[in-house]
Amino acid sequence: MQVVEQATITSTFEEIRRRAELHWKQLWNSGNPVAMVGTATCGRAAGALEVVQAIKEEVEKQELVCPVIEVGCMGHCYAEPIVIISKSGYPPICYGRVNPVIAQRLVRDYILSDDPCLEFVLGALEENDIIPSFAEFPRAQYEKKIILKNCGQIDPTNIDHYIANGGYSSLVKALQMHPDEIVSQVKDSGLRGRGGAGYPTGTKWEICRKAPGRPKHVVCNGDEGDPGAFMDRAILESDPHSVIEGMIIAAYAVGARHGHIYVRAEYPLAVQRVQAALRQARKLNLLGRHILGSDFSFDIKLFQGSGAFVCGEETALIASLEGMPGIPQHRPPYPAIKGLHGQPTLINNVKTLAYVRHIVEHGTEWFKSIGTEKSAGTAVFALAGKVVNTGLVEVPMGTTLRQVIFDIGSGIPKGKSFKAVQIGGPSGGCLPESALDLPIDFGSLRDAGAMMGSGGMVVLDEDDCMVEIARYFLEFTQRESCGKCTFCRLGTKQMLEVLNDITKGRGKIEDIDTLEQLAQDIKNGSLCGLGKTAPNPVLTTLRYFKDEYMVHVVEGRCPALMCRELITFHIVPEKCERSCDACVGTCTVEAISSHPKKRYKIIDQEKCVKCGTCIDACPPQYNAVTKLSPPGEVAG
Amino acid sequence: MTITLEEETQVGQETRRILKRFSRKRDNLIPILQEVQGKLGYLPRQAMLEIAEFLGIPEMDVYSVVTFYNQFRLNPPGKHSIRVCLGTACHMKGGYIALDAWKRRLGIGPGETTEDREFDLDTVACVGCCTMAPVTVVDGKPEARVDPTRVDGLLLAFGHESQKGLKENDASS
Repeated sequence: MQVVEQATITSTFEEIRRRAELHWKQLWNSGNPVAMVGTATCGRAAGALEVVQAIKEEVEKQELVCPVIEVGCMGHCYAEPIVIISKSGYPPICYGRVNPVIAQRLVRDYILSDDPCLEFVLGALEENDIIPSFAEFPRAQYEKKIILKNCGQIDPTNIDHYIANGGYSSLVKALQMHPDEIVSQVKDSGLRGRGGAGYPTGTKWEICRKAPGRPKHVVCNGDEGDPGAFMDRAILESDPHSVIEGMIIAAYAVGARHGHIYVRAEYPLAVQRVQAALRQARKLNLLGRHILGSDFSFDIKLFQGSGAFVCGEETALIASLEGMPGIPQHRPPYPAIKGLHGQPTLINNVKTLAYVRHIVEHGTEWFKSIGTEKSAGTAVFALAGKVVNTGLVEVPMGTTLRQVIFDIGSGIPKGKSFKAVQIGGPSGGCLPESALDLPIDFGSLRDAGAMMGSGGMVVLDEDDCMVEIARYFLEFTQRESCGKCTFCRLGTKQMLEVLNDITKGRGKIEDIDTLEQLAQDIKNGSLCGLGKTAPNPVLTTLRYFKDEYMVHVVEGRCPALMCRELITFHIVPEKCERSCDACVGTCTVEAISSHPKKRYKIIDQEKCVKCGTCIDACPPQYNAVTKLSPPGEVAG
Repeated sequence: MTITLEEETQVGQETRRILKRFSRKRDNLIPILQEVQGKLGYLPRQAMLEIAEFLGIPEMDVYSVVTFYNQFRLNPPGKHSIRVCLGTACHMKGGYIALDAWKRRLGIGPGETTEDREFDLDTVACVGCCTMAPVTVVDGKPEARVDPTRVDGLLLAFGHESQKGLKENDASS
């Protein structure tokens, strides 16, 4: 009986795969050039849709045959919009910072006339003799793409592309295994939850599998609320089927009947692409009743989160699914035993689920061979802030921060110097230069006072004030606190007021102790991760940058010249060119005027809103606008 | 912000039309609210009352969910929506300066709509376009590197007399 069933699964899927591969090969072997444009949200913000339009129009005008495919995010966000053109006789070439005019040129000069427009090339996707390939880039030796491999290489709205690249074959393999076997495989692989806390995934699955009560649920946590993190968004937009496949395998392993993907409503494109992917999977019977002719039935619904950071916490997320305000509950009982509607519920992060198919396919030993002993596999970071190559990075655990920021990210722009890196968003911390050689894994970051979090990494340079960044994060958590626990609700407010005072020059020396005391109390007195980690940004900046706090408090000065109450803008008369009016024209509040006789420019301190526009406007050869802290006067 | 009787009747009709597609399960509360707001642009009192009755839950429960989540708004939207990103990267690159500029020009704070219902202003935690910081999402389109000058430029593109607000402010101060 079981043998018959297994044969059905294999033969049903074989048919699906044959057709998908046929479509995939038709695309590439037809001899026609193919243009791929990255149209994830970041690409669209940079104007990718206009580029798609421009290519299509030009292709039509030149009467060419060239399919234009919208793919996801390659991770090179600094160079968006990105276009990849494949043409026979050449390696696939990736172009960066393409605008509609460049796009037209690519069609005319390269596709039509064989000039690969080297001036716009970012790199080639395959090694060749003409153009340097990404594999030869210095960053390539540090990167290892597992869950980002498909991103930007396939059309996320076309399930055939996913299947032709090995997709859903892990599901077929899993359906022929005993659920216990899969659970122990995930357990042995050492996979830990990528949502931030790093709980062993296999253990969670085991608890849920053993839990009594039916039906069971699998929930994919895509409530990526950390400001500065966008990895989950990129995966859901660029490779949604990898997450869906992971969910189906998880459901089979724990015996779940219902699935829910929880996606932030702020990610409309991710919502749209996941919905399309679910429809396609259902059509091929990869979801629904008797998946691929097996005894196993499972379906997934998409739920849009409505903008509450605390819903990333699993019990709050469940409350939200049930139509309640997202207020966390006490654990235990853990959701794996008693979750949605009191039924066993397995909750995993987007990235965690995306790893599952690779573990089933390549086995536990392969996964364990990547990364460190206690943290197997890779880590995905969203690199942003004051760094040259912003974007998505996937590296084996154990890579150092220095390698990520300087070797992959190419360091700090405009020759400024590195000050700190903020990891893990509002729950994480700011690490200084001395922590740069720290190998990244769950344990090391926690010891340093930060945490893995979901993987946001914001680089800060000498112009960033550490008190201000701590204040910023606290303002965020204070606003997002659900209000259940007193210490989190009121304690963060107190801390915020103290920090507000310090950044406004009203700080007192004893404030520093108050902050430390409050931080401890909030950590001890809060139920969920939000409160327990909310003081981290303050604690780490106090630990590594206490002198900056002291300068604010004692001297009333902001060393980074960022805190607006502690700085004033001035125009140095000796440097001012006098006949130039750039600053006058640009000032949005008309605060700049000319000296009646000597013609140099003066800023009216009453009117000035300290936006800094005049600094950008003043021609670099004069460089006459200066900031002073503490507020002072420039002799005229 | 005043709402006409006509608008209120229309709100009732639209809400009931949307409710027809849902079952009376509490789980559906948030999806219903999202649909209604998607249609009307905000959640008027009348709509919340209809939803509470439909699901058989206290009106207070609907209100508490609406006010808990950032996505839901109680004011009618303006013709154009201005969303200033205050994510980490945007903040460090001056998102708060852009927000100030919008506030100054429009004369309203976050979560509010101008009296002529031309613009509504709000902040978002992060739109994930950190590399284009500071970002303002104008009518759904993320605009890169928005500083006070760019704010004026964007407003001029709408034909808004950006100088008007400033002159009035000057006169009053």
